[in-house]
Amino acid sequence: MSAKAKSGFRHLFMILLSLVMVYPVFWWIGASLKSNEELSSPNLFPSVPQWRNFTDGWKAIPGHTFTEFYLNTLGLELAVLVTTLVSCTLVAFGFARLDFPLKKFWFSVLMLTLMLPGQVLIIPQYAMFHQFGWVNTYWPFIVPHLLASGAGGTFFVFLLVQFIRGVPRELDESAKIDGCSWFGIYLRIVMPLTKPAIVTVVIFCFLWNWDDFLGHLLYINSVSKYTVGLALKMINDTQSGMQWGQVLAMSLVSIVPATVVFAIAQKQLVEGVATTGIKG
Amino acid sequence: MSRIAAEHDIHASYAAGKVKRKRNRFLSRWETPGLGYLFISPWLVGFLLLTLYPMLLSLYYSFTDYTLMKPIKWVGLRNYERIFTADDKFHQSVKVTFLYVLGSVPLKLIFALFIAVVLNKAVKGISAYRVAIYFPSLIGGSIAVSMLWRNIFGVDGFINSVLDKFGIEGSGWISNPKTALWSLILLSVWQFGSAMVIFLAGLKQIPKDLYEASSVDGANRFVQFFRITLPMLSPTLYFNLIMGIIGAFQMFTSAYVITNGGPMNSTLVYAVYLYERAFNRYQLGYASSLAWIMLVMIAIVAAAIALTSKYWVFYETDTGRGKRK
Repeated sequence: MSAKAKSGFRHLFMILLSLVMVYPVFWWIGASLKSNEELSSPNLFPSVPQWRNFTDGWKAIPGHTFTEFYLNTLGLELAVLVTTLVSCTLVAFGFARLDFPLKKFWFSVLMLTLMLPGQVLIIPQYAMFHQFGWVNTYWPFIVPHLLASGAGGTFFVFLLVQFIRGVPRELDESAKIDGCSWFGIYLRIVMPLTKPAIVTVVIFCFLWNWDDFLGHLLYINSVSKYTVGLALKMINDTQSGMQWGQVLAMSLVSIVPATVVFAIAQKQLVEGVATTGIKG
Repeated sequence: MSRIAAEHDIHASYAAGKVKRKRNRFLSRWETPGLGYLFISPWLVGFLLLTLYPMLLSLYYSFTDYTLMKPIKWVGLRNYERIFTADDKFHQSVKVTFLYVLGSVPLKLIFALFIAVVLNKAVKGISAYRVAIYFPSLIGGSIAVSMLWRNIFGVDGFINSVLDKFGIEGSGWISNPKTALWSLILLSVWQFGSAMVIFLAGLKQIPKDLYEASSVDGANRFVQFFRITLPMLSPTLYFNLIMGIIGAFQMFTSAYVITNGGPMNSTLVYAVYLYERAFNRYQLGYASSLAWIMLVMIAIVAAAIALTSKYWVFYETDTGRGKRK
């Protein structure tokens, strides 16, 4: 086989594979516009698109709309992103720049907790937060993130430490000579230069909290506080056998934020996975 | 401080001997000890209050009868005893979880590795393919995709309608205990994109001259893959394997949403069983014992892989090529 034929063959294979990979998503888009009768037909798109699936699905939970659930989720995301950024950057700066006794010890403890399966912590944390009266509030998400211990918190610290170590120390020294405090160095010198890593942290923090279904399931009980994931589960359970189109339409809408983030920051996201090995 | 004074200082500290120097270095760490701890305090407090304390608490709960409503009652090893001797669902969930891990992790990694090798050769269009392949990993963990999967593999779902076209009568993939777990494994394999991206990054680090030199020596592509690519990629493979296994052991969302452990407990993965005990029946003590057994199980598997790693994980330092970054 000539090199050209080989390359053509390879591209053909990759195109086919890519199609297989994204085909379920195309089917999803088509199915979200189908009526129940048409759902089992193998055609990708329905003869008459049922746009009502989207408008009816949006109001599928009586007394509530998805507008509410999206606002809840976005509010929670905002709180979690801000607290994560503040806590993780401070901690990372401490580990990367300052010298203090037992630093190595604490850093290896941090690395160890990276591997700890979260399931061991679920029950005692639930018991604790239950005692504090935090069940059915957003505190069980916000407080851990404020303490760099929320979903992925330790991973973000690790990622930021690695990045800050690459920022030249000469900059600190000259700032120190100019009378800058450590906090000033953190805020004015290191933080602006850590932007690429911060963007990666923001992306993953957003995605992981969007998908933190188990956490939401545990702590949020009242429908008015539901996140998008919980609302989806609710229509999935109550509507089973009734309006599949609506269920699929609403779940399709729920992946739009992640897709938009991916579209904007594709390069950063993929590189974040490649260099640190974090799961997407 | 003048240069001479600084040199004098250095000489003085040399003269004082090794011990003193070491001590000085230690003392110099105290220059900003409070400040260092101030910066890391969010994590430190979080570690102590939200990780270490809960872990000890959970260990304590595992020896008690604890239900949130009633006062805690110490029962010693009774929970563990009951789990190992009288809990059929526990044995079933361990079996299902191991099947899931053994089915999904190797398949996913083999697929990811194979596609990464193919993609690494293609120069044009690599980023477009990467997007298509990575996209399922991006959305795969969400409940939305679990619901999509439930539809695709349902009795009237997409898979059966395609099979119908070819005249094959499909079954209810999710309602059949024999195939239900496989549809979950397939969902996991569909998300091989993130492992592939990590492999791709590893492949880029393999020096090209190794391939050139070996082809001069007459090695074909097959030999090159097993003698160069695989050994050079083994640290990446090791990393992906460990992380993949730890993740697979904890799988929850898809089993909970798609099948809820059924049919006939055929997809009752460990995390779903633990959830059921803890938050449907509120047996927090019993569930804590389950959680600790899980932790020990994962630790044993991870340690076993780590122990074998010296036989198959190859670091470049072994050949004196220098440590990889």
